[in-house]
Amino acid sequence: MLTTVQDLGRRGYQGLGVPVAGPMDWYSHRLANQRIGNDPMAAALEVTLLGPELAAEGDVIVSVAGADFEMTVDGVGVRADEPVVIRSGGKLRFGTRGSGTRATLAVRGGFDLPVTLGSRATHLVSSIGPFGGRALRAGDRLPVSESAPSSEGRHGRPLNVPVGGARVRVVPAAHRDRFTDEAWSTLLSSRFTVTPQSNRMGYRLDGPRLTHSRGADILSEAMPLGALQVPSSGQPILLMADRQTTGGYPTIANVITADLPLAGQLAPGDWIEFETCSLDEAIAALRAREADLSPAGEP
Amino acid sequence: MEFRVIPAGDSGWLIELPDRLDEEVNARAIEIAREIERANLAGVTDIVVGYRSVMVYVDPLKASAAAMREQLNAIASRPAAAELAPGDFVEVPVCYDGAYGPDIDDVAAFGHCSAADVIDLHLAVEYRVYVVGFVPGFAYMASVDPRIAAPRRASPRLKVPAGSVAIAAGQTGIYPAETPGGWHLIGRTPVRPYDPARPNPFLFHPGDRVRFQRITEAEYRKTTAWGDAQ
Repeated sequence: MLTTVQDLGRRGYQGLGVPVAGPMDWYSHRLANQRIGNDPMAAALEVTLLGPELAAEGDVIVSVAGADFEMTVDGVGVRADEPVVIRSGGKLRFGTRGSGTRATLAVRGGFDLPVTLGSRATHLVSSIGPFGGRALRAGDRLPVSESAPSSEGRHGRPLNVPVGGARVRVVPAAHRDRFTDEAWSTLLSSRFTVTPQSNRMGYRLDGPRLTHSRGADILSEAMPLGALQVPSSGQPILLMADRQTTGGYPTIANVITADLPLAGQLAPGDWIEFETCSLDEAIAALRAREADLSPAGEP
Repeated sequence: MEFRVIPAGDSGWLIELPDRLDEEVNARAIEIAREIERANLAGVTDIVVGYRSVMVYVDPLKASAAAMREQLNAIASRPAAAELAPGDFVEVPVCYDGAYGPDIDDVAAFGHCSAADVIDLHLAVEYRVYVVGFVPGFAYMASVDPRIAAPRRASPRLKVPAGSVAIAAGQTGIYPAETPGGWHLIGRTPVRPYDPARPNPFLFHPGDRVRFQRITEAEYRKTTAWGDAQ
């Protein structure tokens, strides 16, 4: 069980070594917020594998998106795909998890927590963010912003959360030419497994070895979200939300932004497969995701 | 200076300069990064200087790929400044004594020299900050004297104390927080490279020039910002 406070991430300081953090599934973070009229940047909770129990100390409206959990308020089942009203003193419990790994729980108004370098996102390794940059634990109190958002809630299409594994699209990464053509075709024709050595920083993948053509060391440079970094072992690491800002191993491919939410819903033991697409197709896929957040007829 | 602009995923553009650890190349990367910042291009979300590259992160829905590539190409094509920008000068106090430098003897063995020589050689050089990365405020500085340029430790430590001054593979740096780490620890600084409570939280920026200054254990304990005065 791991629950952290996340907004859309800390940008503008990567050049000084400050990681972005933010949600593993950006789409569900935005959906949970927009359903209750919040700004997309509003701080919410990212719940991993097992959900916490939350007691309301005032009337609150919450919204949950992403992994599919059974939820109850004071023992009564509630639907996860619409806003839930919890009266003061009420208890929200997360129960059995169906598909997916991570759920975003947003509260109308957003959590009113201190901002560090422009963001309320938690980065566990460098201890930046609310609560000293640590995961939440029993007894923590989460203040809710007093000023309710001015906008009305908006529906959106829930993410088609993967079950057991996901096929995601990639574009060739900056260092594609540091790998053999065989490595490239192996990447696109194999099934990889998310190993237990995986977390919010990245997923170590188990599968066939990807061979470098010019050694496994590069002069350290920026590492993008979704990059498949390959150290000398030949076993790729998929860089996720809490990744380090810079790295010294070449990247062979980059998961497209539109498919990062699918990757963000995987857990150790799940499989992952890659298929290639063009940069134009990647942008078109991102537009399609955006459209899912604004179904026709909605303002 | 030769360069190419290549996509790094759908939300980043990488400007690659010649592939070598070189002051002039790095200075050019810093210059290009500053000019991109100054150009205030729509859709740019973050800029990261590498040893020999500049990463420009973008929101691909706010700027078309073709236009962004063209703009970055135009900026990187401008002539380089005739002289390198000097960078700020930062002096960093270091205590090399006792428990603060647990790996000095290993480095001395690598260099076939004494522990005192390791300290002298580390103090003798002015270093350049090439990249700030890894964790907030960690500066990759070079170049360490080849005689003490030991490779990384065979097995990384799970916990390196915050403030540790370390060397590996020709580079030196300071761990700004307690993290895992594989570099050789030769000293400890009482100064925080990253302190969110300071008006300027970051001590180091790419292009800065750094010199280390030896302090005694007593001076360390009197000035430490790490809460380890005892």
